[in-house]
Amino acid sequence: MTVVIQKLCYAYAGRRVLDQVSLSLSRGEMVSVLGPNGAGKSTLLKCLIGALTPCEGSVVIDGRDIRRLSPRELASYMAYIPQAHYPAFSYPVEEMVLMGTTAHVGAFSSPGAKERRLVSQALERVGAQRLAGRRFASLSGGERQLVLIARALAQQARLMILDEPSANLDLGNRALVLSLLRSLTREGYCVLTTTHDPEHAYLYSSRIVALQNGRVMADGRPKDVVIQRVVDALYGPGYAVESLHHDRARVLLPLNALEDLPRKDG
Amino acid sequence: MSKRHAAMLGLFGAALLGTVLLSFLLGRFPIATGELVRILWGRLFGLETAWPEAMERIVFNIRLPRVGLACMVGMCLSAAGAAYQSVFQNPMASPDVLGASNGAAFGAALGIWLGLGSRGVTGMAFAMSLVAVGAAFAVSRRAKGKQLLTLILCGMMLSSLFGAGTSYIKLVADPTNQLPAITYWLMGSLSGATLDDLAFAAIPMALGLLPLWLTRWKLNILAMGDDEARSLGVAPERLRLLATVSATLLTAASVSVSGVIGWVGLIVPHVARRLVGNDHRVLTPASMLLGAVFLLAVDDVSRSLLAVEIPIGILTSLLGAPFFLWLITRRGDAF
Repeated sequence: MTVVIQKLCYAYAGRRVLDQVSLSLSRGEMVSVLGPNGAGKSTLLKCLIGALTPCEGSVVIDGRDIRRLSPRELASYMAYIPQAHYPAFSYPVEEMVLMGTTAHVGAFSSPGAKERRLVSQALERVGAQRLAGRRFASLSGGERQLVLIARALAQQARLMILDEPSANLDLGNRALVLSLLRSLTREGYCVLTTTHDPEHAYLYSSRIVALQNGRVMADGRPKDVVIQRVVDALYGPGYAVESLHHDRARVLLPLNALEDLPRKDG
Repeated sequence: MSKRHAAMLGLFGAALLGTVLLSFLLGRFPIATGELVRILWGRLFGLETAWPEAMERIVFNIRLPRVGLACMVGMCLSAAGAAYQSVFQNPMASPDVLGASNGAAFGAALGIWLGLGSRGVTGMAFAMSLVAVGAAFAVSRRAKGKQLLTLILCGMMLSSLFGAGTSYIKLVADPTNQLPAITYWLMGSLSGATLDDLAFAAIPMALGLLPLWLTRWKLNILAMGDDEARSLGVAPERLRLLATVSATLLTAASVSVSGVIGWVGLIVPHVARRLVGNDHRVLTPASMLLGAVFLLAVDDVSRSLLAVEIPIGILTSLLGAPFFLWLITRRGDAF
């Protein structure tokens, strides 16, 4: 599966939020889109899932322009995982995941036994079988994120698009969700996430795209993107990029905190 | 559908059957259970009549239309309410949120003021109800901003516009006969229901129920919000339009034959949500059955509690609101 995004432009009220964004994604990749607030990350996602119509440019999946796909066809290519949220009405976890199979059933019918099997497989894959009978609204943030990922698995789309999957999660759940996503890429899924966290993007993704003012300012391997020059450009000159564990991790240290705070060892 | 849900639906069905039988027995003219069964049996299989003709007339010309109408209106208002709530992702939505009730009320008041017959009044109410919702849709399409929010705002504005029209007609209507007729209509009543009314309402009701029934699984997905619905393979705008048009048909048909019966479309879906959850595959049938039971029971009270019949619109609020308040304090996780 390949996704080619070509010269995508989008404008809100005359202001260009996306400016000639070109990207391509293929199976097995975990791509993080990095950038400051207002850089165009969410707009890019919304153009990809068809919620916004770009004013120029195109998104082509396996040779098919998404504007020519019906919602059902689009759903068979890509699944969207929003930030863990409370819907207006609460559903049991099993039904939440079952909703992922909607594109497989006819326009006027309901999912059946085959779809139910997909649900239990998906819940098992994310390690959330024990949640099957719970109400979605009673789950913690991390559990809800797992259930939404299971829903995307039940949808059986090869491209997964996530809006800040690690936002609002504690450290343990963050690691759990991100490593789950990375392990999915080994099974042939392509995962695209937005994030505010360069350190996690460096750790978990196979590629990082840095957006600034609606343009792609860097696109490449994490070690080529999480560098001082790019971090300065995205977040200002307040951070020092340091390497840890033989460069298996990189951290961003806020310089003014290092400067102002008293030393801990004295 | 789980076994528990199937059992619940069976229970609601049995409750409906019981309420229907009870409703045939209740009334000023007492009919014993045995007699009722014989009369119904007789009509079905052509038995020899061994009972007073008046009794048969009461059963078939007065009680049957009334019971039938109460069932139909209760079902339709509840199904419409459940659908509106998911369409607007808002548990406070009810069938009159887009102006269907106020539109119908205006149409009926206008019809009475113009001196139309009862069929004219019904037709006028139905037409104006659709006009109100249609106008809300038309205006919201031209508006900028969040589609759902503007649609609700447009509905509220059109509601108050038609409400003002109704008030004006009440002001200028003849106070000796027209005004009481209008006031009475506005309070809602199933008395004087005829088989004609049933026939009039049956077609739009069937047309409205069918799509809501067929798309009952997808209505769940609509409640997730537009972006998610789209990425799950459902075109949210199209489904919302289909569900709203269907629910509006149901509301317009109900209100035009029964007058404004408030609360049913809000309370009953809520009760159903508490009992069977939010999945429309179960919620839609459960709302329909419970709606019919509720309206039948309230109508029974309205015609047998006092010597003078109490308008059902008053009773639905009087009985429904405290019940709802009690319910809301019992368990807290259904929303």
